[in-house]
Amino acid sequence: MRQRAPLVLAAVLAMLAGGLFWLSRPQPLPATAFAALAPGDPERGEAVFHATGCAGCHAAPGASGAARLVLSGGRAFATDFGTFRAPNISSDVAHGIGGWSLPELGNALLRGVAPDGRHYYPAFPYVAYARMALQDVADLHAFLSDLPADATPNEGHDLRFPFTFRRGIGLWKARYMDRGWAVAGDLPEPAARGRYLAEALAHCGECHTPRDRFGGLNHARWMAGAPNHSGDGRIPGITPAQLGWDAQDIVIYLSTGLTPDFDAAGGSMADVVDNLAGLAEAELEAIAAYLLILPDPRQD
Amino acid sequence: MFPRIAFAATLSLALGAGAVAAQDLADQVGARQGQFKLFALNLGTLAMMGTGRAEYDARAAQAAADNLVALSGLDQRALWPAGSDSGAIDGTRALPAIWDNPEDFAAKLVALNAAAVEMARVAGDGADAIGGQLRGLSGTCSACHQAYRAPQ
Ligand code: HEC
Ligand code: HEC
Ligand code: HEC
Repeated sequence: MRQRAPLVLAAVLAMLAGGLFWLSRPQPLPATAFAALAPGDPERGEAVFHATGCAGCHAAPGASGAARLVLSGGRAFATDFGTFRAPNISSDVAHGIGGWSLPELGNALLRGVAPDGRHYYPAFPYVAYARMALQDVADLHAFLSDLPADATPNEGHDLRFPFTFRRGIGLWKARYMDRGWAVAGDLPEPAARGRYLAEALAHCGECHTPRDRFGGLNHARWMAGAPNHSGDGRIPGITPAQLGWDAQDIVIYLSTGLTPDFDAAGGSMADVVDNLAGLAEAELEAIAAYLLILPDPRQD
Repeated sequence: MFPRIAFAATLSLALGAGAVAAQDLADQVGARQGQFKLFALNLGTLAMMGTGRAEYDARAAQAAADNLVALSGLDQRALWPAGSDSGAIDGTRALPAIWDNPEDFAAKLVALNAAAVEMARVAGDGADAIGGQLRGLSGTCSACHQAYRAPQ
């Protein structure tokens, strides 16, 4: 009995390691998932592009106007884990993603998995995009293919040990991904459409929801406000109890950046407004309807 | 326009002025926040008309736009002493980056001034004309807040 203890321990450890290895494996979608879709429509894809805000991270820092369609990458994000740099996702075949198939793009966005099977870091907000409709991904793919190519090489990230190991992200994903809607249940329209826009595409929660110490979103305090990880100050809570705005106030803010006091949106929200200003008014009304049914975070 | 050049030079001067005791900065911080509140009130008059939430009033619209031109042309010499950033004192959202990039900060105020001049040109032409210039104008506010103002 006594002599066997180390063996048992070794076996348990091996099983644990195997389990962790299994848990942390990349889980791409099968290519068949994309087979039944209608061919991507670049015009619809443009609206998806604006709502998802790819340009905010993948256009060159400080780019405005037409330059926001050149997705040369390079924007840096300082975090507790190190500095991430958004890669080139222009249509350049060598330096961008010009050669990527729809399933390859789909697996990056919906599963956080690269074409070679590696995990992406969740600084790329695939935790939100995981809820995207496949047809929206197909339309986005068509739109991205039409954007200009740019040959800027990727700089890579600057991360602290042990965050340099991508395999570990698999465990993080097992814990924090695939949680369905943050605001669960059947919602009436237009709030249901608003939930899709806010939770799957525009990833409002990535900034407005606080995180635990491993960087996972705290669903119990959904949209309740969070420290500003890109600098000073706090990102405000936007539940109705905290915001106190009506639907029209929200639509005007998302389309013009102006608050009911006529202050103008700043910080990282300025980019979001730039993106959302390109959407149809009915889409912004849907987001407003969704914000107005968010639970009160003070009641728990 | 001379205030533009003066402003850029001024911030550089203020940078060299050395930190003053924190309690001495409350007046400057209060004054610049008051200045921004005046921006917001005048922009509000235009935004209400431009989005159809208030009836169009040509004189009120013109006055608001002219105010914005005047306010955004004010000499900023007294308002931005070194050491009055959000990293150094409480009660301000002005980011230290302002003092690292005084020319760019000044250029953002110049951009507001240019957009206000555009607004003043069309403010007498009706609510639609104002609505058409609104995003261009408020976009210059946001562009500066994006780079130089912390969230709450
Ligand atoms: C909040 C910032 C952010 C947003 C918004 C964002 N990304 Fe990214 N993206 C990143 C980062 C950071 C990475 C690098 C991840 C890594 O290396 O693990 C990345 C990686 C990628 C990759 C992998 C590129 C490669 O060479 O392997 C693709 C493809 C991509 N993003 C596409 C998109 C698309 C399409 C959108 C919009 C739907 C988008 N991203 C929105 C930050 C962002
Ligand atoms: C050149 C940069 C710049 C421009 C242009 C600008 N702002 Fe600001 N604004 C700031 C900074 C910096 C602060 C923070 C000041 C502080 O707290 O000390 C601020 C603060 C404010 C505040 C909060 C004031 C308070 O009570 O604390 C309001 C409201 C505001 N701005 C409205 C506007 C509006 C409306 C416009 C456009 C018409 C505008 N700003 C244009 C830089 C700018
Ligand atoms: C990249 C980060 C980021 C994302 C994504 C984001 N926000 Fe924001 N949001 C902010 C910041 C920062 C502010 C504070 C703006 C300021 O300082 O003027 C803000 C402010 C707001 C405000 C005004 C709150 C107030 O009290 O003044 C509303 C409303 C809002 N956001 C709604 C949304 C919605 C809806 C979405 C998704 C469609 C969204 N935000 C996505 C960062 C973000």
